Amino acid sequence: MTPNLHLWLIPVLPLLGAAINGLVGKKFSRQAVVSVALLFSGAAFALVLSVAARFSTLSTPHLEFLATWIRAGSFQADFAFYLDQLSLIMLLVVTGVGFLIHIYSVGYMWEEAGFYRFFAYLNLFMFFMLTLVLSSNYLLMFVGWEGVGLASYLLIGFWFTKDSAASAGKKAFIVNRVGDFGFLIALFLLIKHFGSLNFETVFQGVSPMSPETGGAGLLTAIGLLLMVGAAGKSAQIPLYVWLPDAMEGPTPVSALIHAATMVTAGVYMVARSHVIFDRAPSALTVVAIIGTLTALFAATIGIAQTDIKKVLAYSTISQLGYMFMACGVAAYSAGVFHLMTHAFFKGLLFLAAGSVIHAVGGEQDMRRMGGLKEHIPWTFWTMTAATFAIAGFPPFAGFFSKDEILFRAAQVSLVYWGIGVFTAFLTSFYMFRLWFMTFFGTYRGTEPAGEGHGGHDAHGHDEHGHGGIHESPKVMLAPLVVLAVLSLVGGWVGSARFEKFLSPVFNAAVVTPAAEAAEHGSEMLFTGISVFAAALGLYLAWLFYYRRPELPQQIASGLGGLYEAVVHKYYVDELYANLFVKPLIAGSSLILWHGIDRDVIDATLDNSAHGANEVSDSFRHMQSGNLRSYAGWVAAGAAVVIAYMIWMGTR
Amino acid sequence: MVPISYYLILSGILFACGVTGFLIKRNIISIFMSIELMLNGVNLSFVAFAAQWHALSGQIFVFFVMVVAAAEAAVGLAIIISVYRTRETLNVDQVDLLKL
Amino acid sequence: MVHLILFLVFGAVCVAGAVNLLAQRHPINSALSLVVVMGSLAVEYLLLGAEFVAAVQVIVYAGAVMVLFVFVIMLLNAGVEERTKGSRVALLFGVPGMLIGSVLIGWVLIERTGNPMVPAGALPGAPKVIGWLLFHDFLLPFEVTSILVLIAIMGAVVLASHPDTEQKEKEG
Repeated sequence: MTPNLHLWLIPVLPLLGAAINGLVGKKFSRQAVVSVALLFSGAAFALVLSVAARFSTLSTPHLEFLATWIRAGSFQADFAFYLDQLSLIMLLVVTGVGFLIHIYSVGYMWEEAGFYRFFAYLNLFMFFMLTLVLSSNYLLMFVGWEGVGLASYLLIGFWFTKDSAASAGKKAFIVNRVGDFGFLIALFLLIKHFGSLNFETVFQGVSPMSPETGGAGLLTAIGLLLMVGAAGKSAQIPLYVWLPDAMEGPTPVSALIHAATMVTAGVYMVARSHVIFDRAPSALTVVAIIGTLTALFAATIGIAQTDIKKVLAYSTISQLGYMFMACGVAAYSAGVFHLMTHAFFKGLLFLAAGSVIHAVGGEQDMRRMGGLKEHIPWTFWTMTAATFAIAGFPPFAGFFSKDEILFRAAQVSLVYWGIGVFTAFLTSFYMFRLWFMTFFGTYRGTEPAGEGHGGHDAHGHDEHGHGGIHESPKVMLAPLVVLAVLSLVGGWVGSARFEKFLSPVFNAAVVTPAAEAAEHGSEMLFTGISVFAAALGLYLAWLFYYRRPELPQQIASGLGGLYEAVVHKYYVDELYANLFVKPLIAGSSLILWHGIDRDVIDATLDNSAHGANEVSDSFRHMQSGNLRSYAGWVAAGAAVVIAYMIWMGTR
Repeated sequence: MVPISYYLILSGILFACGVTGFLIKRNIISIFMSIELMLNGVNLSFVAFAAQWHALSGQIFVFFVMVVAAAEAAVGLAIIISVYRTRETLNVDQVDLLKL
Repeated sequence: MVHLILFLVFGAVCVAGAVNLLAQRHPINSALSLVVVMGSLAVEYLLLGAEFVAAVQVIVYAGAVMVLFVFVIMLLNAGVEERTKGSRVALLFGVPGMLIGSVLIGWVLIERTGNPMVPAGALPGAPKVIGWLLFHDFLLPFEVTSILVLIAIMGAVVLASHPDTEQKEKEG
């Protein structure tokens, strides 16, 4: 007898919070808005914890049916929920990190206008993300998928009066849409061939099919299309361009959506669909290649960025690439493990960056920071923990997950491993570069004055009262500390135990996972090399940004054009603009607007009105007031009538 | 012994002359007289048919037509007089205020 | 034979009068031609045996209505018609239309109804007989027509009365 856990409450509680805050929050005091938002998201977290506590007693997968949704002939999709180990991990990450970020936002956004709107959107996002994770069919997952895109748009463009923020929101949504198109086609193919979008039905239908080693086939097509959707949502090549621009949104948004949760939806979807991918080796290879290339590509851009949030954005793209690399070599549990640790340390990095920005009064350019170590110690130590975690130093969390990914990648191809190690080196380098530039050395910025920081619009803190570089309030520091602890201990569960926990989900894989014990020796070798790469990155960063700060400039000018290209993100945005945006706008204006809307539709209406006008104008002259012309018409008309009557009579 | 068609042709000619006069003439009184001519032509055909079908109601109808024509002539001429008073002209082409 | 000759002679007079009405430029000449037409029509009625109608034609039509016309012409001092720019439509559509219509009707009437001969005095319409019909079978139309005439008289008086006299009647 499966117990009813009321899983539907988990998404619905934040939805209620969003509704209350969104509809009547404007009239509430800030305290009331905060209470509502924290109450509902906290309740969702508490509910997830209680489910986790009872998890061992459940049989997996645990299905719960809430209501009928679509019944169209033989196709049906319902509001039903699916709980297994994978969804449990996702739930814990989403609600846990989400709740912490809610708490942080209380302090960060306290002086913003539109306070209630922010928390309404945050809760709305939680609702959609939880729907995505808990759904038991692809259609409900797609609802959540689109919904998080919507919430992302709303939150990126939170300061919508600023042009760049509004454009960034649009860019995110539109690029996501391109990915969603691929996702939709995949759904259509699933409906056509399996008649349903329920996970259970589809996976049972796919299981007996043999792997498509030939390289082409239905499952390959579905896999590739799903990957297109994942590339859009999780910012992989070629659809990653929205994520750096998304930094226009408030920093808690970047932390929650663009580091910890939304961007991981793609990874979750690929992991959930592993049954399909396992039988489509070429699709898996594509996934791995995209992931690897993205990881490298984004890391190279990250080393030249000067905005603290942009560095973290490219770092996110790069780490997501690692997760896809893991999925691509069928090491799904490693990918999910990295997803979890990444949520901890990347979320922490963004929140700490927000704290830094808050401290220096809105400045985001690292060249104008420096020497903040003494001023903001709590932020400094938590950010240090996160930086070591992401660089992959033991015993921090990132070490365990990244190491597992690299090891499993090496067993498929040393090329993946090589690129992965090099990217790890780059990751360490740019993260410690950030660390040194921000906290060490002398302060290079303008001291924020007593009042009127006149700061960065992106931060929007105008009236601040206290002067100087100051530590953030406790409500912002508490989540930082919690996440720092998690960044330290989060990996200690160990990849082996993690994999065992997830094995009921992934054990239907056709590709057999390698036996751990036999490879222990080479694993130690690989581990040593990746730690060495991380240490090398630390050393170089120390050299360039602490010891001899003049070196970077020399190297940059030495590299000339290559450096310029990297700083300008390889001109990808300009390429897309010229390739897609400009022709589309031109086509829209010239063909659709001028050609069709104006010259055909409007012209038709105008001309028919004009024509009616002309016709009646010509008839008007019949009414001349002249008696004799009237008589003439009467006589002519009479003749016609008589002729007609005679003709009718003679027929 | 005259075939009935002769009377009908005569009636038709009178009617045609009446219509032509209505279309051609510019003096409103002349137009009115053309109307009387038309009525007369029709009267003739009524009487002719009454003779053909041996039905006296044809002649009765002519009687009524004449009465009505007389009444109409009276009222119409009164109207002409009042139009003349306001417009100072009997030319029908110059009384065209009802145009669009 | 005599019937035919009489018919033709007075028919020709009738048509000549009608054409003259069209041709004359001064309305008084047209009015006099119309009198000629009515007179010859009265003879035609007699030839058909409609005595009462012929008498009424002369007394009422030629005698009263035409006199009224001549009165008004002389009252308004109607002069020669001026040549004003008329309407093209009237000449272009009206005359041909009218011609076509009349020809069609004539053709139908003659073709369809055969062409019986009508002797002179075919249907005697003595006053006594007419009177009997009027006051028995056609009583209602008769009474209605008398009311119509009454209304016409009142209307004509109102329309034609001099504006000054109206003013004086109001004030007085």
